[in-house]
Amino acid sequence: MTASVAMQGMPMAERAAAATSSGGAAVHCDGITMRFTTERGTVTALDGISLSIPQGSFLTLLGPSGCGKSTLLRVIADLAAPTAGSIQVLGDRPEVARRNRDIGFVFQDAALLPWRTAIQNVSLPLEVGGTIAHAGKRSPAELLKLVGLAGWENAFPHELSGGMRQRVAIARALVSGPKLLLMDEPFGALDEITRDRLNEELLQVWQSTGTTIVFVTHSIYEAVFLSQQVLVLAARPGRVRELVPIHLPLPRHLDMRETPEFVRLAGHLRRVLETC
Amino acid sequence: MSASTDTASIGGFVVDQAELARFEATKRRLLWRKRLLPLAAIIGLLVAWWGAVVLFEIKPFIAPSPVAVVKVLIARFDILFANLVPTAIEAFLGFLLGNFAAIALATVFVHKRTAEEAFFPIAVMINTVPVVAKAPILVLLLGNGMEPKIAIAALICFFPTLVNMVRGLQDVNPQALELMRVLSASPREVFFKLRVQNSLPYLFSALKIAASTSVIGAIVGEWIGSTKGIGALIIQATYAFDTPLLYATIIVGSTFSACFFGLIGLVERRVVKWKAPRA
Repeated sequence: MTASVAMQGMPMAERAAAATSSGGAAVHCDGITMRFTTERGTVTALDGISLSIPQGSFLTLLGPSGCGKSTLLRVIADLAAPTAGSIQVLGDRPEVARRNRDIGFVFQDAALLPWRTAIQNVSLPLEVGGTIAHAGKRSPAELLKLVGLAGWENAFPHELSGGMRQRVAIARALVSGPKLLLMDEPFGALDEITRDRLNEELLQVWQSTGTTIVFVTHSIYEAVFLSQQVLVLAARPGRVRELVPIHLPLPRHLDMRETPEFVRLAGHLRRVLETC
Repeated sequence: MSASTDTASIGGFVVDQAELARFEATKRRLLWRKRLLPLAAIIGLLVAWWGAVVLFEIKPFIAPSPVAVVKVLIARFDILFANLVPTAIEAFLGFLLGNFAAIALATVFVHKRTAEEAFFPIAVMINTVPVVAKAPILVLLLGNGMEPKIAIAALICFFPTLVNMVRGLQDVNPQALELMRVLSASPREVFFKLRVQNSLPYLFSALKIAASTSVIGAIVGEWIGSTKGIGALIIQATYAFDTPLLYATIIVGSTFSACFFGLIGLVERRVVKWKAPRA
């Protein structure tokens, strides 16, 4: 099953042009298969996933639990090795991209180090893993400001709310200036109001940094609101169901969710998900 | 309420000076309450003890009155202090030795899984042998000097610290470990930036236990064979029916133990400034 992303269909022509000139896809998967063996037998988490994610784009992996969307993200991040198939991240093996510090990862729970203040957490990527060849343009303090946490630099994680912790995690993922930002249900544990606000802010961050984002969610509305493309995965075994392009204009605002086009896309995704 | 002009906004908090002062006053009052209530209880118990001794005409060698104990504390302070010094040295050296060995072994265990699987059960087994049983063996092995007492104090500190330190180094948030992998952190960086930091609250709760148990270890060691030290003085006072001296000795020993515990607590507050997530 192949879901090839057509460049000409992208709403932002200049992004597509930039992607072509710098070597095309940020992520290219070909027949990724992932099996786990447990006491209860072998589980096929991913079954022959092929996809191509253009540089600078925002792609969401959407699917029911057990469709392997998080597993796919972990394969891209070199946190897991596929059983079969090939994968290229920024034109090389995932390990090379990881060692080059080109990947930023935001976890479901913010995974902040509780003994470090907000700014110390954001600085962590600069302290480990050797020097970064092309460190991000923004300092930890600037990034905290970018995610709306100016004035909270010296707060410890336990002093921050869930939404604020996740903002710190996003700033931390951006500090090494990654070309690829992977987000594994980052707002899944947040209340709806916080989640909406962070969705809007994430789009602003994406537009101002120009990084490629791969976002995992099981919320249809989040997927439509954020993405340029939504890749719907079916469960057991995890496989590509459909690639849905989202032609909503940028910048996006929350009230856009009431437009006929948004409602139509959400409805379409819901019907696709029902067959997964 | 009239609006205060001394308001400022820091990071989403509105700072109202009058409100802040009231908050601080309440906090101070609660703190004093926490300090004064136990003090009042102690004084009450002492008075009850003294009253009982006087009222029931209890003989001093069975149970002395608090007044008699205080008199001995003052009059024989030179003897008490002279006997505290060796016990304190034994406890402190044992504390250092036992905890150092435990931390070193925990570090080895975390790096070499095989070592942990082979030796951890043995460590647990040795720990089940009571101190009073281990003490004579160590006296036979190490002689009558300070060495066996230091060894007993070290042994008694060793196990809680080993168990806690292994847990602290291993109980790391799995997502934090994955984060370190995404960041291509070296094993050394993972150890120092993640595992060691994570273990500190566990370590300090073990060290606080060790602070008081190391004193117990030293005293038990002195019971087996010694002519000086708090343990020796306890034995001598008991056999001489010098009960006021016995009580005074116990008070000196416990005070030292409490101070040692408090010192570790003070260091903990300096080192672990963040709130432990699972504490």
